[in-house]
Amino acid sequence: MKRQDRPLHHGKRNAPRRDGAAPSSRGARSGLSRRSFLEFSTLTAAQAAIAGVAQGTESAMAQDANAAAPPDAVPVTLSVNGVERPLRVEPRTTLAEALRGPLGLTGVKIACNRGACSACTVWLDGAPVCSCMTLAIEVGARKVVTIEGLAKGETLHAVQAAFISHDAVQCGFCTPGLIMSCAALLERNPNPSASDVELAISGHLCRCGAYPHVVAATLAAAERRRG
Amino acid sequence: MASDPAFRLEKFPIGIASVGLGEIERRIPADEPPALRPNAELSVIGKRIPRQNALGKVTGATRFTVDVALPGMLYGRILRSASPHARIRALDLSAAVRHPEVRASLAIARPGDPASGIVRYVGAPIAAIAATSIAAAKEATALIRVDVQPLPFVVDMDAAKAPGAAIVHDEGSAPDGHPSGWPSPAGLPIEGNVRGPAASSRGDAAKGLAEAEIVVEGEYRTQTQTHCCLEPHAIVADWRDDGLTVYMSTQFTAGVREQLAEEFGLPLENVRVIVDGMGGGFGSKSSLGNYGRIAVALSRQAGAPVRIALERGEEQIDAGNRPKTWQRLRIGARRDGTLTAISLQSYGSAGVALGAGVGFFAQGLYACPNFESSQYDVFINAGPGCAMRGPGNTPGAFAMEQAIDELAERLGLDPLALRERIDPSPARREERRLGALRIGWERRRAPGADAGPVKRGLGVAQSLWGANVQTRSSCEVRVNRDGAIEILSGVQDIGTGVGTVMAQTVAEVFGLRSEDVVVRIGDTAFPPGPPSYGSRTTASITPPARVAAWRALQALLREAALLLNVGADDLVAREGRIAVRGDPSRGLALREAAMRMSVDRISATASRSDDYGGFRRRMPDAAIADQDLGGVQFAEVAVDAETGIVRVERVVAAQDCGRPMNPLLIESQVQGGVLMGLSYALYEQRILDAASGRMVNPNLEQYKLAGPRETPAIDVVLLENYRANSATDAYGIAEPSNIATAPAIANAIYNAIGVRLRSLPMTPAAILQALGKIDKRG
Repeated sequence: MKRQDRPLHHGKRNAPRRDGAAPSSRGARSGLSRRSFLEFSTLTAAQAAIAGVAQGTESAMAQDANAAAPPDAVPVTLSVNGVERPLRVEPRTTLAEALRGPLGLTGVKIACNRGACSACTVWLDGAPVCSCMTLAIEVGARKVVTIEGLAKGETLHAVQAAFISHDAVQCGFCTPGLIMSCAALLERNPNPSASDVELAISGHLCRCGAYPHVVAATLAAAERRRG
Repeated sequence: MASDPAFRLEKFPIGIASVGLGEIERRIPADEPPALRPNAELSVIGKRIPRQNALGKVTGATRFTVDVALPGMLYGRILRSASPHARIRALDLSAAVRHPEVRASLAIARPGDPASGIVRYVGAPIAAIAATSIAAAKEATALIRVDVQPLPFVVDMDAAKAPGAAIVHDEGSAPDGHPSGWPSPAGLPIEGNVRGPAASSRGDAAKGLAEAEIVVEGEYRTQTQTHCCLEPHAIVADWRDDGLTVYMSTQFTAGVREQLAEEFGLPLENVRVIVDGMGGGFGSKSSLGNYGRIAVALSRQAGAPVRIALERGEEQIDAGNRPKTWQRLRIGARRDGTLTAISLQSYGSAGVALGAGVGFFAQGLYACPNFESSQYDVFINAGPGCAMRGPGNTPGAFAMEQAIDELAERLGLDPLALRERIDPSPARREERRLGALRIGWERRRAPGADAGPVKRGLGVAQSLWGANVQTRSSCEVRVNRDGAIEILSGVQDIGTGVGTVMAQTVAEVFGLRSEDVVVRIGDTAFPPGPPSYGSRTTASITPPARVAAWRALQALLREAALLLNVGADDLVAREGRIAVRGDPSRGLALREAAMRMSVDRISATASRSDDYGGFRRRMPDAAIADQDLGGVQFAEVAVDAETGIVRVERVVAAQDCGRPMNPLLIESQVQGGVLMGLSYALYEQRILDAASGRMVNPNLEQYKLAGPRETPAIDVVLLENYRANSATDAYGIAEPSNIATAPAIANAIYNAIGVRLRSLPMTPAAILQALGKIDKRG
């Protein structure tokens, strides 16, 4: 495969929004037994074939030395949660991929991978950005904070604690991103209104529908921080 | 009977707490605990307790399937069909397997094979690759050569019904029967792309319609909705000589395990399915799935773990969807509102799959002696539908509850007054009363009463869902010598907080706090748990949790009785202590009793027993309880008649889940159900291009979901409805909270603008069309 065949990043990148809001692209049945359910769910022929197909397929250990070599990785040093982390990344590697992969910070979630849901939100110099829309090599010296770096040791950030007490968490997949946006809001506006919170999380998607509790939790956290 | 030593008689609370509780005697198994008192008399159950596993979710520590990384793990990638319908003439993987980072490959659509050699939708799997990185897997997938012969296709349901339409399935390929969106039984005739009817009737609908003094008739359409779980469908399959371990984002660990054992010919004990963090399913992660099967096959071939996580585009085209529907309803009534007949015809499309019926809503909700329905599935060349939060009944409610609203107006009755006459459910009666108070129903005016551009309205709709129970549902409770109390089950927490509810159940028995109970779930190494679908998890797992805890406690009390030199029957466990009843000073800490017991561990395992009052319907592994789960939702909207934009300002959701185990968690789930319903009502729509068969919005920016700023104030009103049916008397809430939202909003829009919208989603364009402000298009 020729190098230029490989797609780059669809031009995806974004700067923190000026209004400080979360980054976004703008910027269960009844009446059946388990067994009958399983039988029905294994219907299609192509699906059923897969289990048997593998046995007839030869092992595919690749031997061709002419196949494309991986591109040259470049050295970068990311400042993540207060620690300098030198690593080598391919130029196409997004910040989200670098954080989740080599740095093991899997609290950073990728759900749409194109800036539409904000699940991957981290801070760059304190501003929330979609890490899926930011290349690792363009971070430079800016300080990255992820959900793993928000608590001070054992002490949760007020937003984290309020998310627990207000049950602003359901499946939890969008939660880290939401918390980063809500915590960033409190840094720039210690006394937000409900609609300020809604604006700050307007780029976030939560399919479980936790928004009402997210807003309540963030307001409660703000109140607690003000004392 | 009463003398049968296997049973005893117990008095249970029964009825709705806000109406008044009574008592009923039930015959229950002798080894099950005494009747659980109403919530007001309990210390842990029924309390607003934060979920136990929230800490990991707010710190990023929770490990979801997409976060599982095993040593030597490979990354799987599926090559998917770009054609909506094609014969695979040749499939050449040789260039792909020569890629230096490729470790396994799989031909799925095999040329010449009658079963797999034809792909029937854009996104259908053709082949798969496992490589050392996801980038390499994508590169290698791009090297696969596929020669296809395009076949005629159809992606529009109306076009697929017409004579001469392209035929989606041949005789051998059509599925036969599907559980979701019931009814869709096996053995129905297929003509062209149309399968059915699944027919159902009682009385004589034609006679009932002839006798009616008023008949309302209407056609309704609902769109295809996709699940949009934030965590994609994902699996890490680790095939080894001594067994298969699978990490999977699943709603049913026990079911996936059995499916794997069966399909891959493994002994059940050699298959283990694990899920910790689970990022949403909503029906779409109920079984193994083609991607799961592919990952296991790749792992077996490569001799290494393989992760497959779908990308968002794959999620949108091949991870399930709520089928679109067309419904025609005719309802006959007398002038006093009494229903004389309901006649329903429906066509729906779950793509290449079945299950596009509109449920049991129209025939089940209201008293009506005469009913008939014919429900048809229509095949189109699109990805398979599957269960989605209230399958069948959710589109069914959109039609039926608007028709009832229309009937009320024709009769000159308030919509609530009509329902008082035709709805026999005492739960919904109380929900209507409480909900009307909360929303301020007396403010409701005649349709289209506002003269200005912003028109406000109030609407109401009801829901119906079966009180489902998985009878094959087990857990183990342990008392360890270090004093730790554990509960273990294969049941998975898909975001509901069921583990916390299990801990509450056990804690109530032992007189502990819920955080004192260690919850170990989401692993088939533990006793098989129920699925998290059909709103059945709580109803299925909390009764055995209480039974197992009670049995374990009896054993511990016998140990403590020896230490205290009293009879075990004289002891009670309260506030962390075991003490003599009536003499709290004579006792010891529960932890101390555990540390001094004569065995290393007390263990009790229990399975879900039958409802004490009997089931309405019994199936091999599941059952339906005698009383449905009803809900009533009220919506208040503001419609801008100049822009067509609908703003839902407030929703009141009055819901019944039997005994509410944890109102905080239930509130979260109801808010989610309402939001998913609102999103369905106003925004979401899978759009397929008729010329190419492709989905034109396979993402999360053009496939529009309700977000924080579209979220109304949502008031949750919970009944406490005791049925005297099990050791906890608790039922589910996920689906009941979703079904009534869209019709409640539709009825509120009608009340606001005086024009009825019978098609989803109710977009600004649809509003403006309904108001005659823009021309109808296509």
